[in-house]
Amino acid sequence: MALTGIQILKMLPKTNCGECKFPTCLAFAMALAAGKAELDACPHVSPEARAELSDASAPPIRQLAIGTGDYEVRIGGETVMFRHEKTFFNKPGLAILITDVMDDAEAEKRFAKLSLYQYERVGLTLRPELLALKDTGHKDRFLDLVKKACGTPYGIILMSYDAATMKAALDIAKERRPLMYAATKENYEEFGNMAKDYGAPLAVKGEDIEDAAALSGKLAGMGLKDLVIDTGQRSIREGLYDQISIRRAALLNKNKLLGFPTITFPCEMTDDPMKEVLVAASFVAKYAGIIVMSDFEGETLFPLLLQRLNIYTDPQRPMTTREGIYPVNNPDESSPVLVTCNFSLTYFIVSGEIENSRVPCWLCVMDTEGLSVMTAWAAGKFVGDLVGAFMKKCGIMEKVHHKRVIIPGYAAAILGDLEEELPGWEVLIGPREAAHLPAYLRTWKQ
Amino acid sequence: MAFEIPKIRYTGKIEEIVVGAGQKAVRVGGSGCYPFCRFEGEMPNPPKIAFEVWDHRPEDWQEWAIEPYRDVIHDPVAWAKKSIDVYGAEMIALQLKSADPNGMDRPVDEAVKVVQDVVNAIDVPLIVWGTANDDKDADLLRKAAEVCEGKNVAIGPLSEKNYKQIGAMAIGYGQVVMASSPIDVNLAKQLNILLGNLGVPDEKVLMDPTTGGLGYGLEYTYSVIERDRMAALTQEDVKLQRPIVCNLAHEVWKTKEARLKREDDEKMGDEVKRSVLMESVAAMTLAFAGADILIMRHPESARLVKEMIGELMK
Repeated sequence: MALTGIQILKMLPKTNCGECKFPTCLAFAMALAAGKAELDACPHVSPEARAELSDASAPPIRQLAIGTGDYEVRIGGETVMFRHEKTFFNKPGLAILITDVMDDAEAEKRFAKLSLYQYERVGLTLRPELLALKDTGHKDRFLDLVKKACGTPYGIILMSYDAATMKAALDIAKERRPLMYAATKENYEEFGNMAKDYGAPLAVKGEDIEDAAALSGKLAGMGLKDLVIDTGQRSIREGLYDQISIRRAALLNKNKLLGFPTITFPCEMTDDPMKEVLVAASFVAKYAGIIVMSDFEGETLFPLLLQRLNIYTDPQRPMTTREGIYPVNNPDESSPVLVTCNFSLTYFIVSGEIENSRVPCWLCVMDTEGLSVMTAWAAGKFVGDLVGAFMKKCGIMEKVHHKRVIIPGYAAAILGDLEEELPGWEVLIGPREAAHLPAYLRTWKQ
Repeated sequence: MAFEIPKIRYTGKIEEIVVGAGQKAVRVGGSGCYPFCRFEGEMPNPPKIAFEVWDHRPEDWQEWAIEPYRDVIHDPVAWAKKSIDVYGAEMIALQLKSADPNGMDRPVDEAVKVVQDVVNAIDVPLIVWGTANDDKDADLLRKAAEVCEGKNVAIGPLSEKNYKQIGAMAIGYGQVVMASSPIDVNLAKQLNILLGNLGVPDEKVLMDPTTGGLGYGLEYTYSVIERDRMAALTQEDVKLQRPIVCNLAHEVWKTKEARLKREDDEKMGDEVKRSVLMESVAAMTLAFAGADILIMRHPESARLVKEMIGELMK
């Protein structure tokens, strides 16, 4: 992918003049290869070498943004085929389709869904981001929708193949950095020029992957950089093959024509809204940049948002939950007190099992830097004196009138130290597995 | 010039394993490519769905999860038969929940009796899933292997603590084992090596990577399966060339998001469709990672996933 230091050195002046603040051209080349220096630091590099180097250092898949402000949706910029190889960076934007044949009530309802369907999940907000406005030949109605969309904060996709309609829409929405959909064989010159004039990202729609690549090549030749690819494929199997092909072509073959994020249309691939969710889930796992859905309902959107969260969680970084006291099932002053670590998964599973038990509890989550109980204990971050100090300062002692605390079974070894740290308190050893919490809690006696 | 999909060079192949006996025996695994990438390799067997049946009436299932099985939920034999006859189950996964020492702790003999009754009543392959308590399973699954003689059932989970006892009986009675490891490639490999040393044939081992629910650690399972497959198919790691089974139903259905009703939180939408989709999205995601057997609960989730797999295998 990236050039090595030696390859870069060959393109440098090799004068070791030191003006770049590195002692030699080799040192500078190594720093460039490691991404620790900018080519601009060298005043003597030739224009040809500059072009070649900046080309080689460009990311294999273009990252671009649609929308502005809080709803700026970044897509592309991916560097791996599998999330465990590094991480997936930019989760696919989820769009709801709104067409110019929908009446006002239906359109309003759909606009409103983007604010309605937002879900809080420990410090994160799960939400869809995009409106896909589709022109089917009713220009005035379409432009009316564009105006309405500009009154919302969401990202906008303008869907029209007609240059005059697209231009009118861009005049309304130009401040919002909308995605233009789409340039085709027939209209790409006009659409390419408009995208340039308005500084808007542009989707290409091919008849197949080859055709799409040819179009992106023509548009890149016109100087456009922010492109999005639709291969036009609407069969589920072939659509998936295309996603895999594009990602592989960009990353493994350095194919510049396909080095762009993609847009997919589960809304055009099935009539069954349940199945549409599974098609969309396939595209979340396999490489879509944007996923356009026929509609959102709580029951269809929520599972998809959860899956997107899972797939796009950075595997290099443990997810953490904020330190503090979490009341579960409306506890009171006599309810049991449990303490655990702040690895998000631990928190989710433990709080979920407490909820299942229906026993009111206080769950005290201590900052262990995202380590799980056993790891935190082994690393000296979930030990008697630290847990004791946390129990004293977190405020749980003002919330209950008993003096008993349940610790995770895997941290049983801290019992002695913790009792020493918390005089008068009884430390109880809970189960090792969260799944056994409901049975354990049901035996809790006042 | 025609565009060619950049191909992966595969050097390995997943073992093909037969579960069950007779006409309705099922083949799983056998893939020589990443999941559904049939443009560049063989995927002879689509992922299979096993319908779960509990050995005892479940206590805390949602009403809408009970509904499809309401008339049979107290009777594992009738439940299994209904899953096959009415919902088209191609495999049954009998979950020996009632034997769990942290729950009802039913004696081994009673649970084994259920296994025997079910295996004798059905003609599709059976998966016998124990309690995940090492000691209890050592006894329970050994006896389960015995009473299922000749049926070529899959039994598990086997851990590093009890693989010897259960593995030996599985060899003796010709059963398939499910080697379980806690979301870790190296531990999975190690257990497969230990089973090999014990004498369990390669074509009798399935892997259980430990399955997290949607929103509850699914990504860990997803990535460990992808790593297993990458090692097995492209890095000649023969000890990881085993089909993968994901026991996902309970992990999804026990979560609060699968329990909340619309009336509790309007924006969560219809609870039946939501939980069905949570189960089927989790199953599809795992299938994309490389799962070969998906243990599922709701007939509608199973139908949706089967249809999607059918589209991808066209």
